[in-house]
Amino acid sequence: MNGTVNLLIGLAMGLNLLALASSRLPSVIRTVAVQGVALGLMPLLLQSPLDWMVVLVALATVAVKGLVIPALLGRAMRAANIDREMQPFIGFVPSLLLGAGGTIAGVAGAQFLPLLPEHAGTLLVPGAIASLFTGFVLLVGRVKAISQVCGYLILENGIYLFGLLLIRSTPLLVESGILLDLTVGVFVIGIIVDRIQRAFDSLDTRKLTALHE
Amino acid sequence: MTAALLIFIPLAGALLAAVWPDERTRPWFLPVTGVLHTALALRLLVHPPPVAPDAWFGFDPLARAVLPAVSLLFLFCSLYAVSYLRLRTERPNRVFVASLLAILGLLSAGHQARHLGVLWVTTEAITLATVPLLHFNGTARAYEATWKYLLVGGTGIALSLLGSFCLGYASLRGGGGGDLTFAALVAQGAGLSRPWVLIAWVFLLVGYGTKMGLAPMHTWKPDAYGEAPAIVGALLAGGVTTVAFTALLRVRAVVVAAGAGAVADRTLLAIGLFSLVVAALFLLATRDFKRMLAYSSIEHMGILVLGTACGGAGLAAALFHVWSNSLTKGALFLTAGNIRRAAGARTTDEVGGMAAVAPQSAALFVAGLFAITACPPFGPFFSVLRVLRAAVGTGHEAAAGLFLGCLLLAFVGLTRLVFAIIDGRPRTNLRAHRRGLQETAGVILPPLLLLGLSLWLGLATPPVLTDAWTAAAHVLAPAP
Repeated sequence: MNGTVNLLIGLAMGLNLLALASSRLPSVIRTVAVQGVALGLMPLLLQSPLDWMVVLVALATVAVKGLVIPALLGRAMRAANIDREMQPFIGFVPSLLLGAGGTIAGVAGAQFLPLLPEHAGTLLVPGAIASLFTGFVLLVGRVKAISQVCGYLILENGIYLFGLLLIRSTPLLVESGILLDLTVGVFVIGIIVDRIQRAFDSLDTRKLTALHE
Repeated sequence: MTAALLIFIPLAGALLAAVWPDERTRPWFLPVTGVLHTALALRLLVHPPPVAPDAWFGFDPLARAVLPAVSLLFLFCSLYAVSYLRLRTERPNRVFVASLLAILGLLSAGHQARHLGVLWVTTEAITLATVPLLHFNGTARAYEATWKYLLVGGTGIALSLLGSFCLGYASLRGGGGGDLTFAALVAQGAGLSRPWVLIAWVFLLVGYGTKMGLAPMHTWKPDAYGEAPAIVGALLAGGVTTVAFTALLRVRAVVVAAGAGAVADRTLLAIGLFSLVVAALFLLATRDFKRMLAYSSIEHMGILVLGTACGGAGLAAALFHVWSNSLTKGALFLTAGNIRRAAGARTTDEVGGMAAVAPQSAALFVAGLFAITACPPFGPFFSVLRVLRAAVGTGHEAAAGLFLGCLLLAFVGLTRLVFAIIDGRPRTNLRAHRRGLQETAGVILPPLLLLGLSLWLGLATPPVLTDAWTAAAHVLAPAP
């Protein structure tokens, strides 16, 4: 069981690096979608015996992270007519190096955290730290609004991974509340992205500089 | 049961308003809900209901000490909203009214949330519900402010989720059964895993601190307050920040129970003083009177946190300050909205002589200025005095000195800006705008009444409130 879980987390960590390295928006969105699906399946592996609520939440997560959110972002991207991230704040190679550094730090650092024995053998915590770090690099290092949203989603995926440590104690009602908030959040972001595109005729967040002291 | 109505009445009102067909009558949903909500909240304030220890929601001492203030603020904002939306008939108000009501319901839920996860879910929902309010004006600047709010606020709220998970794991690692209500976490106390509690505290402080607008996580605040309509600014500064503050108070109680109270209070003290300094310096520099209110809000968030850091008496003083700040700031935001509409601009470069153009609003603005800078006999004077006394009483003399210095700088900054726009001769381009503003009762009375409440709070603090604040402080920071 742990083997499969670790395999999925390893996949997610690889996808982090892919997201950092790619300069084309559609591939970043696809990467985030695949990562979301991989993580969405994890409750099914971690929780045994399965009850129908867990299955329901897992399916909803996969649907939202794998289909709904990428579709929303894809639509916003097509409406804005962009598919490439040019001149990011942090270049693609430095981002990749930062991401790799974060991943290594995650694996190394997790050993120093006091974990329960059943969690010590999994990659849950290192995966969470690596994704958090990747998310931050994308948030700070990209200039297109949609790339920043992707960074935010990877950040959320990292938090989600960490939340899996608590799967036995977090009531599913709360889990589904969190999922709902996330979905609505990205939906709202999608709308704002669309409006920014109309108001500024661009999704380059460097142009959002009217407000300052 | 009555406590649940505080949540469900506004949410039901939001649903109704969303399907209500008539643009002209829809804004009346706001005051009707506001009156019901305030009546209920005041009733519960006087007759607090029993709360089951393991309940996820409940009108507990902390909710009792804070929620009625938010309720009153909403009531006066809703009265103002009716007149305001009548002036803004060019924009559809369906989403605006429904979001405002939803926020009231969610604010009630957030103040009453006694479960770590539920608290996070409601805070995030509040963040999302405010988004359509922020860009109500539909300008490019409003969208820019909304984007920054979403990005900074979203990251902050994500970190508070991470912090919540860490706190949950602290309980699990310490052998807890997985009950994440605050009561259970406090009961587990020293059994919580200390390293995880400390990690959780950092994330939760940054996360909910972002929502509160503590420096250095305050960057969204001036933009959002500057671009949003006055009512929204008032509710953000007096209601949404309050939820984040109560969240921090609940988390702090857990950290204190886990034996890390000293660390928590030191960080609170540092971040509170830093917010005060940053706010005071920006107040000296800003030229925009709506952004000025945002910096003033950062200053007062700093005062709240500073009071909390002083424990017991300081905490009760901070709860007092929640009331005086919410009500006074509400009056200032609403008046600033009037002045903004009368002047058609927001900076000292373009606005002047408002005493001649909008005399009543100008007078209110000056009175509000003295109230918010803690001049007697308004509420903030007495609450600030109590925070100061608590700081000196707990041996934080240096902090108290710095605090006083910042108050003085803020006073200089605020008076400089306010008199620059009130005094002098009206700019020529103001004449054209003058016809746009009639100082009707609808836009003057709500801020006047809010200011009156602030005055009353200072002159004759009702014993039931003092009692509520001490009771909440007693629960959150039991005397050792």
